[in-house]
Amino acid sequence: MIGTALDLVVVALLVAAALAAVGARGLFAGVVFFVGYGVFVAIAWLRLDAIDVALAEAAIGAGLTGVLLLGAVGHLTRAGAGAPPRRPAIPLALACAGISVMLGWAVLSLPDAPGLQAPVAAALPGSGSTNPVTSVLLNFRAFDTLLESIVLLAVLVGVWALAPDAAWGGRPGLVQRVRPDGVLAGFGRLLPPLGLLVGVYLVWAGTKQPGGAFQGGTVLAAVWLLASMAGVARAPRVTSLILRAALVAGPVLFLAVGMAGALGGSFLGLRPDWAAALVLTIEVGLTLSIASALALLVLGPPERPA
Amino acid sequence: MTTLLLSLPVALPLLAALLAVAASRQAAGLAMATGFLVLGLSVWLAFEVAAAGPITIALGGWEAPLGIVLRADGLGAGFLVVSAMVMAVVLVAAQPSFEDQGQESRAGFAFWPLALLLFAGLNTAFLSRDLFNLFVALELLTLSAIALVAIEGKAGSVTAALRYMVFALLGSVLFLLGAALAYAAHATLDIGLLAQVELGWPMAAALALMTMGLAIKTALFPFHAWLPPAHAGAPAPASAMLSALVPKASFVILLRLWFDLAPELASPLLLAVLGGLGAVAVIHGSLLAIGQDRLKLIIAYSTVAQLGYLFLVFPLAGGAGGAQPWSAGAWTAASFHAFAHMLAKAAMFLAAGLFLRAVGHDRLEGLRGLARAMPIACFAFGLSAISLMGLPLSGGFTAKYLLLTSAFASGQWGWGLVLVAGGLLAAIYLFRPLNLMFSKEGAAASLTPVPRWEQVLPLLLALAAVLLGLFSAGPFAFLQIGRPGAAAEGLLP
Repeated sequence: MIGTALDLVVVALLVAAALAAVGARGLFAGVVFFVGYGVFVAIAWLRLDAIDVALAEAAIGAGLTGVLLLGAVGHLTRAGAGAPPRRPAIPLALACAGISVMLGWAVLSLPDAPGLQAPVAAALPGSGSTNPVTSVLLNFRAFDTLLESIVLLAVLVGVWALAPDAAWGGRPGLVQRVRPDGVLAGFGRLLPPLGLLVGVYLVWAGTKQPGGAFQGGTVLAAVWLLASMAGVARAPRVTSLILRAALVAGPVLFLAVGMAGALGGSFLGLRPDWAAALVLTIEVGLTLSIASALALLVLGPPERPA
Repeated sequence: MTTLLLSLPVALPLLAALLAVAASRQAAGLAMATGFLVLGLSVWLAFEVAAAGPITIALGGWEAPLGIVLRADGLGAGFLVVSAMVMAVVLVAAQPSFEDQGQESRAGFAFWPLALLLFAGLNTAFLSRDLFNLFVALELLTLSAIALVAIEGKAGSVTAALRYMVFALLGSVLFLLGAALAYAAHATLDIGLLAQVELGWPMAAALALMTMGLAIKTALFPFHAWLPPAHAGAPAPASAMLSALVPKASFVILLRLWFDLAPELASPLLLAVLGGLGAVAVIHGSLLAIGQDRLKLIIAYSTVAQLGYLFLVFPLAGGAGGAQPWSAGAWTAASFHAFAHMLAKAAMFLAAGLFLRAVGHDRLEGLRGLARAMPIACFAFGLSAISLMGLPLSGGFTAKYLLLTSAFASGQWGWGLVLVAGGLLAAIYLFRPLNLMFSKEGAAASLTPVPRWEQVLPLLLALAAVLLGLFSAGPFAFLQIGRPGAAAEGLLP
């Protein structure tokens, strides 16, 4: 009873935040509502017992995307762009409504399919992890995860390609000016150690409980961003070899394990007796690469002449 | 061995892309070597498929529904080979523009990993049988393609890239919604397994969503507006990949959805709508191409028209009435048309890039008398124009001939008229640049010289497009390997 009531409240808040984000008067307000929407989506995933998805949604959907969008609003304001035109997009609204009705109707007429929980549980021993989500991501459907971690890299290369030619070789993002005794500088020193601990724990715990490379990587990216915004750490140059190595380390490791499997007869296959060690190694590598890629995506391309 | 043959065409470009990010000095050499290696492996795979039939591997040893299945049949291996041919040549052609001498530059760094990731995404899309995996492959492909559009760094090309992104992401969301719905309904994402279960309304909705998403990504009319500025605004080697290769991935998935996964859900209305939109694309794209006065825009609008032909496969191969002798012909013709377009369009964009470099701009009047200064590149342009118009002895001709035969054999005269009209319109929009190129007068005074070997590259692809027509029996038989039953019997009962 209380559960149902809570669900109804979350659903109402979700719809309200979505409408507010679309209908907000200014871009900034729209982004704020969008971040709120992301938080409610994360709560909805929690209510559906999908803790891994909830963590990812809170960290990436609400957190990092929100920061990216706020950064974009800042850029637009500095560039002197006016508010977007406010005209009702009726054809678009009708198309969205049509698709929503079709989706809703299809979902309501879904058969009672059992899902894949049973086969996943049966295959779990020897898969390298006792958290079914981690086993799906790094073993059963490792190919998806490999490609996704590389998609992140493709996007970063695409963002870097937007740099002015003269800025190539410089440091990503704009210069941060921080008052040495200000709040930001204080938090910039206080929070990173805690964040590091949480991030590393999320990766470590991911083999047994909810967590993993994407969630831990996001927290670590946030740590780097905070330190960078507080002026404690400077981002390395985009041509830095160490930076490039960190960006590709995870996918290269993942691919190398996959190719070794292919030589043994199964691409991306993990030997059951080595699976646990391999899964953890890949997770650690991916965390490094995902954290660097996410942080660099938020910092953006280098903008000042090198 | 089969494991390596199926996984390396995906794994090698991925590995090369990662290494190209880390060691950008070696990127150009790595990319070119990867192009030829993957071409060799794809040809080898095709021979294996020709000898032993379709090859299937379960990644990580996990069979569907738990794991992801890759499968090379005639269609998939055929697309793999032709796209590797295009890619190998395009990567060599890109070397003069994007290989950094000395210090690393922005475009010199970004081009090679993006091109290689596009390659990997493409090959995954041709081989994978898993709906979610196909989504990820399309994401890799599309995001790399969008970044390549923006790589010139000019305001115009960045705007075109953003517009492309808005359309492409809309397509992605629709496809993903469909895949999620399919999983929710049947607890599997595998096309082969889904084809065996009885499909209900949720799957019909899923297919509608996925078809819409793929149509947007294939730039089917009326979702084509993003294509011409994006394809014309990119540098020539990127345009060649974008126009020749990228839309084919989503089209192959569309073929798999309707002919493999759910032939029983096709309805006369669906077939008419897909065919009708394709027909409008043929006419509309061609008319707009006639109106352009910049060479790259003509070629880009031509892509809108040429992609339209592909959708005629739905009414022609899928049409009513039991086992039809013409269905297999039309189904094969669509692949033939795609192959011929891949080769000819890549050749054309590469040649246009050389003209642009020689003349300094791509307005049509700059082409006047160019054939005397650049005979090889102009010959390549002419040959690929022959294939695009569908003139005899070219790959384009074989495709149109097969489509026309099935249109008349099945009594669907209307589609036949579209084919004929499209060919005539193509002749009109390609005649203008050809006429100028081969005109007797015209100044060739202040041209930037283009080395001969660079002019040979588009010629190789154009020759392949023509040879596809001359030796069409082999590829025709090859495409039948592992052909879905619906491709021979039509989609409608």
